[in-house]
Amino acid sequence: MAAHATTRGGDHGPKRAEHHVVPIPVYLWVFAALMVLLIVTLVAAAFDLGAWNLPIAMTIAVAKALLVVLYFMHVRYNSRLVWTFAAAGLFWLSILFVLTLTDYLSRGWLETPGK
Amino acid sequence: VASEIHAPAHVTHVHPAHDEHDGHDGHEGHHGPVQHQFDDINQQRESNTLGMWLFLATEVMMFGGLFFAYSLYRGMYPGAFHVGSEHLNITLGTANTFVLLFSSLTMALAVHAASEGKTRRMVGWLFFTWLLGAAFIGIKAIEWGHDYDIGLIPGVNWTYYDKHPDELHHLEAQNTGVNQVMMYWVIYFCMTGLHAIHMVVGLGLVLTFIILGARGRFEKGNEQPVEIMGLYWHLVDIIWIFLFPLLYLIAGFHPGKGGH
Repeated sequence: MAAHATTRGGDHGPKRAEHHVVPIPVYLWVFAALMVLLIVTLVAAAFDLGAWNLPIAMTIAVAKALLVVLYFMHVRYNSRLVWTFAAAGLFWLSILFVLTLTDYLSRGWLETPGK
Repeated sequence: VASEIHAPAHVTHVHPAHDEHDGHDGHEGHHGPVQHQFDDINQQRESNTLGMWLFLATEVMMFGGLFFAYSLYRGMYPGAFHVGSEHLNITLGTANTFVLLFSSLTMALAVHAASEGKTRRMVGWLFFTWLLGAAFIGIKAIEWGHDYDIGLIPGVNWTYYDKHPDELHHLEAQNTGVNQVMMYWVIYFCMTGLHAIHMVVGLGLVLTFIILGARGRFEKGNEQPVEIMGLYWHLVDIIWIFLFPLLYLIAGFHPGKGGH
């Protein structure tokens, strides 16, 4: 009952998406930003920046993904609970990466007897 | 604040009319049908949205396995990924990125039209979205067809470099081997393949929604399924946003040089 009341209260984060029909100009600006970022990706890839190329490309990709998630997918206008569900996927993904990499990256650290 | 929330909430449940602090309406009938397990349309909307995001989290995990394999093998064989990536056509990859980002805009506009009850406009944007999605698959088919023709599809007896010994010096320059380059192609086709399967499913969904929408299934108050389906389309777009730089841009972008 308490959780139910909280989602109704309105003082715990944004209200329902229904009350936030996103104006069309917002969508057009987001699309324009996505196009700019696509061009920036290509320009950045045209320069040989050594080890920096990958983090720059990934930063731009994350920025594009955030724009899509927050505006096209309306997460910015949804309740905190939806934010949590959207972030949970990334949290589990980080578990997959961190725990599996600790295995792979540490395999050569100790010598295997008899090998 | 706590007592204010707890006690009246129960009263609200029994006597909706007596709800004092209900700023937004919780009355049934205003926004179309509310399934009987929900108190009001807002609770129903949020439940639907949460359910879809839970599904999208499982999608992130499924692609996550492939993204992990990518990270691991690129870390182990950076040269092989460099050599493999040089075969990809960045012009077609960029075109497909543009097409998908554009389709996300048209999908957002379809959802917007649905939320305003403009069914014909919604059907129009969905049709536009479908065409863009089909264009993506078409461009991908051209790329894959080219890969097949020159023998880049990996297999047990992968003979690409037996037939192209003149390219072996690329492997030496990057300090890598034939089997390691083949691993790039395995990962490339698994990732783009799984993504394309999702695109085909998305095309089927959009087509279904065009037909149902034209029949008036998503009139005002019943429009949320369009938004939920749009979430899927946008997620598939996001996957490609990451696939494009990770697969195509490893060896850099050299406009003057011309592709393979």
